[in-house]
Amino acid sequence: MKYALFLGCSVPVRGINYELSVREISKVLGIELVDIPEFTCCGFPTKSVKIDSQMLMSAKNISIAEEKGLDIVCLCSACSVTLTETLKEIKEHKDIRDKINDELKTLGFKPVEGKIKIRHFARVLFEDIGIEKIKEKIVKPLTGFSIAAHYGCHYFKPSEAYDHWEDPENPKSLDELIKVTGAESTKYSYRNQCCGGAILGVDKNLAYKMTYEKLQRINEQKADAMVLFCTFCSIMYEGNQKAILKEFEADFNMPVLYITQLLGLAMGISPDTLGFKLNRIRPKEFLQKFEQI
Amino acid sequence: MEDKVIKSDKINPKLKYEIMKIPGGQNLLKCFACGTCTVSCPVWQDDPTFNPRQIVRKIIIGLEEDLLNDDRIWYCTTCYDCYERCPQDVKITELIMALKNYAVTKGVIHQAFTAQVTEIFKFGRLYEVDEFFNKKRSQLGLPELNSESPDVKKIYSETKLEEYVDKSNLQNKSEGEK
Repeated sequence: MKYALFLGCSVPVRGINYELSVREISKVLGIELVDIPEFTCCGFPTKSVKIDSQMLMSAKNISIAEEKGLDIVCLCSACSVTLTETLKEIKEHKDIRDKINDELKTLGFKPVEGKIKIRHFARVLFEDIGIEKIKEKIVKPLTGFSIAAHYGCHYFKPSEAYDHWEDPENPKSLDELIKVTGAESTKYSYRNQCCGGAILGVDKNLAYKMTYEKLQRINEQKADAMVLFCTFCSIMYEGNQKAILKEFEADFNMPVLYITQLLGLAMGISPDTLGFKLNRIRPKEFLQKFEQI
Repeated sequence: MEDKVIKSDKINPKLKYEIMKIPGGQNLLKCFACGTCTVSCPVWQDDPTFNPRQIVRKIIIGLEEDLLNDDRIWYCTTCYDCYERCPQDVKITELIMALKNYAVTKGVIHQAFTAQVTEIFKFGRLYEVDEFFNKKRSQLGLPELNSESPDVKKIYSETKLEEYVDKSNLQNKSEGEK
């Protein structure tokens, strides 16, 4: 199985632990990831300013992957939704397709025909590899761990763009990926709440409040860690966690891991190889508990 | 007491048609004002001054000044909860996107978005992958990446996004390094 790896903006500098763990578990699972230096921002941040620009930025990236005959796998959920929606628009509306393909031609790119698939890495794990095959690779099950799933938003919403593959009120795939490691998926309320990251630059206090509410609810359920698969969510829950907890005078810390780090541990890959040293909230107690299994 | 009367000379009756021309705004008039969007909104739950149903009503009535002079239109996190639950398929997340695009054409843009648009213009990404990061990446066995993109600059010029780039900030380093 071979895919074009779409790193996006934040993974290469803010989510190096995510990238390392994705590449490591891909080796174990037989996933070949092709690096494409010409990939740039998906366009998501420009959508609020000018939708036409966002569409062309997305289409340019899609065109590059299509020319190489590769499906795209995204690590960031915002990249995933932006590229997916744009591809859908191009495929379903002739007027949009013609306009974008004209613009691509002017820029020196091949027209988008809609031949490739675009999916998030976690969805590829779930659909193309499958839980059963992942299970075969688990050598150090995380028995006794309670792990809180954070799906974020753009991984599965709008469900229409994703052809309704997850129930927008009750998504399942991340829970399945947690359970296959041998851990329990922590039950907590308002599980689907947004991290607030998209308005960090607009109203920091409000964004912090949204992030804090979920951290607190997860902490109340005594989870060992929170797992996610979007770098921007991670910037909020992990990168800004110390500042947020100080702001709300809360005295705890919650390790935040990428699902690929959790899967990698259970596959017997060393924490260093999976980038655990790059986690901003040091998962010290978490790793001690893991060593004792 | 504040005057609560909507004055006809403050209304732009064409606003709804302008918004409906922008991708994402098409389903505006399907709204029957049930308020499912508002009660679903995680931002509203923490700050009730951001109220999606109000935004939709104001667009339909044509309260353009009121909308554009209020930062609240930039408060949508695009979580899509309202979009998923709307019984009329108004696609509110995309509608608010269309409203922001309209505001930009009227010269109203939140500085957070100017900053993002500028960073992407400079680096082809929201954060610069500079020499420091490329060295770090290389040490960890990860491929080095380009620190700018001529293609992105061409797209900015082709789609006239360039005019929203903060020209005074073209020399500064990326936020990602801090």
